[in-house]
Amino acid sequence: MAPSVGKSVPRVDGPAKAAGSARYVDDLVLPGMLHGATVRSDVARGRLLGIDFDPAFDWNGITVVTADDVPVNTVPVIETDQPVLAKDEIRHAYEPVALLACEDRLRLEKALRHVTLRVEPLPPVLTIDDALAAREVIRPPDNVFKRYLITKGRGGAAVEGCEVVVSGVYESGAQEHVYIEPNGMIAFWDDEGAHVEGSLQCPYYVQKGIKGVFGLPDDGVDVTQAVTGGGFGGKEEYPTLVALHALLLAKKSGRPVKLIYGRQEDIEASTKRHPSRVEITTGCDRDGTLRAVSIRVLMDGGAYVTLTPVVLSRGALHSCGAYRWEDVRVEALAVATNTPPNGAFRGFGAPQTIWAIERHLDRIARTLGVDPMELRRKNLLRLGDTTATGQTLKESVGVQECVEKAMTASGYAEKRARPPVVTGRVARGIGAAVFLHGAGFTGSGEKYLKGKIAVDLLPGGRARVRTASTEMGQGTETVFRQIAADALGIEPGAVDFAVPSTKNVPDSGPTVASRTVMIVGSIAVEAANELRARVDEEARAHGLSRADAWDRLAADPGRATALVQYEPPPGVVWDDATYSGDAYPAYGWACDVAEVEVDLDTFETKVTGFWAAVDVGRVMNPILCAGQVEGGTLQAIGWALTEKLVTRDGKILNPRMTNYIVPTSLDAPPFTTILVEEPYSRGPGGAKGVGELPMDGGAPAVAAAIEHATGLVLDRVPLLPEDLFEASLKGDAR
Amino acid sequence: MSVTLTVNGSLLTLEAPPAARLLDVLRERLGLTGTKEGCGEGECGACTVLLDGVPVNSCLVALGQCAGREVTTVEGLGDAQHLSPLQEAMVTEGGAQCGICTPGMLLSAEALLREKPAPTDGEIREAIAGNVCRCTGYQRIVSAVVEAGKRREVRP
Repeated sequence: MAPSVGKSVPRVDGPAKAAGSARYVDDLVLPGMLHGATVRSDVARGRLLGIDFDPAFDWNGITVVTADDVPVNTVPVIETDQPVLAKDEIRHAYEPVALLACEDRLRLEKALRHVTLRVEPLPPVLTIDDALAAREVIRPPDNVFKRYLITKGRGGAAVEGCEVVVSGVYESGAQEHVYIEPNGMIAFWDDEGAHVEGSLQCPYYVQKGIKGVFGLPDDGVDVTQAVTGGGFGGKEEYPTLVALHALLLAKKSGRPVKLIYGRQEDIEASTKRHPSRVEITTGCDRDGTLRAVSIRVLMDGGAYVTLTPVVLSRGALHSCGAYRWEDVRVEALAVATNTPPNGAFRGFGAPQTIWAIERHLDRIARTLGVDPMELRRKNLLRLGDTTATGQTLKESVGVQECVEKAMTASGYAEKRARPPVVTGRVARGIGAAVFLHGAGFTGSGEKYLKGKIAVDLLPGGRARVRTASTEMGQGTETVFRQIAADALGIEPGAVDFAVPSTKNVPDSGPTVASRTVMIVGSIAVEAANELRARVDEEARAHGLSRADAWDRLAADPGRATALVQYEPPPGVVWDDATYSGDAYPAYGWACDVAEVEVDLDTFETKVTGFWAAVDVGRVMNPILCAGQVEGGTLQAIGWALTEKLVTRDGKILNPRMTNYIVPTSLDAPPFTTILVEEPYSRGPGGAKGVGELPMDGGAPAVAAAIEHATGLVLDRVPLLPEDLFEASLKGDAR
Repeated sequence: MSVTLTVNGSLLTLEAPPAARLLDVLRERLGLTGTKEGCGEGECGACTVLLDGVPVNSCLVALGQCAGREVTTVEGLGDAQHLSPLQEAMVTEGGAQCGICTPGMLLSAEALLREKPAPTDGEIREAIAGNVCRCTGYQRIVSAVVEAGKRREVRP
């Protein structure tokens, strides 16, 4: 049987999606089902004095849930600071306060307008600077959610003695995921307990939340993933809240309840990418050899902790970029504000700090008068180098090859050497970024997660993969079939992929952190290998054909299944106390090159070409892999150029797709994707993660290209035409 | 009010308020849930269907506007066992990831291919500019439409 890994096996879930028969949560209907809706606050901070239900309105047939109906009123994530429904305190402008359900959606809409909240407003904390000033304390004692300190050498002290010292401040705004399917859940209760099905990335996160709030055992909660219309991190932790709300309404009404967010509600209430400010001072030699770096990373966590400590950690760990430094200080802190909680979004803190360090490398190059890519090449991490946390890179460092291939394919050197090309009112420029992304959970994460997978033999030479690693468009279903099929020596078409449900699949850990193929895929190989050995042994011991041995095992529940738990590789050591050691088992590496046209009259930027060379270790499925790179890159381009969340008094002024602008087909450049394979010994076939990596490089590459085209130095994304215009007024232009 | 219209080739008469959204009628009355709701205000294109061959956002079309007209949804292109060349190309070329924009995208592309069997990349991008995809970066959708054009040409 020829191996299927490495081939573009067509997406297995593709035909149903292309035919419209794939069932997303809003396509599900249960008998007697009610529709649910959420009553939210409309001030950023205040004291909730009461909820008034208009006595003139007919409340017959409408189920009402408030904080008093919630058994344990905290959403268990990393901390338990977030209530399921606010009782006394309002901490952001879209805080859920009450829930309504009704059979008729039109009546439900009307009912929502007959609920009034009595709130005594308090002065809100709305920015990182507000939070640091701590005139209002919303998170005792100092509004800081989390702090980290990473040091190497003399802890950044060497910067002062360097020949060339360069400082800069780099900022980024919030970003909304805009998965095209908004959040949604359908819930019901029966004798077995709670059931929810919906749009989600991590079934076991949702299960944990339900267990905590309703005090249920594992087998009293069944969480099933419906076909999910995009996640990008936005459906990592947030769906737990949606599931809890749907279950509360279902419990009180005694009926199944479907809770589907409208687009505006989804943009307003769900998590965003953390806004950030990164302050960097570096020291280097006159010849461009980088020596020392001191970095302060600030992130806005929003109203509740959610996953902020982990996002901040990943941001801090990527803040020194893909470069060698002898002397490092990284201080990272995340603060509380009265804005909707920020959370997981593809890249998970790294895009913010990679944006900063890449812009800073451009600043150093400008100071030294050298080409930015020459400066990078000179200082790239190589095999045997140590990172900021003291991790020695022992294998799988493909960054050099990525740089060479991206530069050659894009004609970077030649285009860059030319003076800026201005034709009429259009200026053309080219820019690049080099970056890395740690695959798998940060630090000790994988050790505590203990991800598991099961593979079953089925009659007729078939097999089934059971995992909580979900499909949300990135290709899990297809690639896991390929992986299991190759190990078992069968066709991918002979492998089933069980619907992820906490009743039926083991906890593989969450579908996040570019860990699905590298971590869970590696144990899929082990499980399938174990079964293959059993089949061979059964055939040998009983003188059976392989097919007969397979069927005998498949019919024996005690022997049909292999369940494997992930063990971190020996020699990967991380110390949480000193924040040092092996931050990730392996890194993906990449070089992005962007070519842009800037209209010098309107200051609009169009990305006209994009080249990405990406070291993923091993390409499991070329079309799916390149699709991750291209889609992630376009999200990065959106973050760089158009996706600006405008707020006033803690309220979002553009919570619609009309005015929060994600790229369309006309905004997307043609992509040239070059997949580089520098294998990682513990990944399946050598594979590392790819999901998040492409989110990291697009913004700095585009900013560098704009700078090349116009001479405008821009250090805050998004880069709207008005930002370029303002920068041009300051005389930054050539 | 009763409205008579053709949906995927079948003539139907429906009793419904004339202002009912075509999207809701398709999904809830006719069970054609392949048509998706992404924003409810005509921005995302996930609910695109063809009305007399022209792509429209079915969230912005009232049932009354469809009287005597012909509606085509994704279910009218082909089912999962019998995909049309365009649907098939969308899968094999990697034009579908999470799949929620795919039905609407397919109908915008179908309308284009009926007019222009061999469209340029620019014409394809223009035709699908009202269909937002957050997963793919669009390039593979464009190649799927190019490929589908070729496959349709060679079929009798």
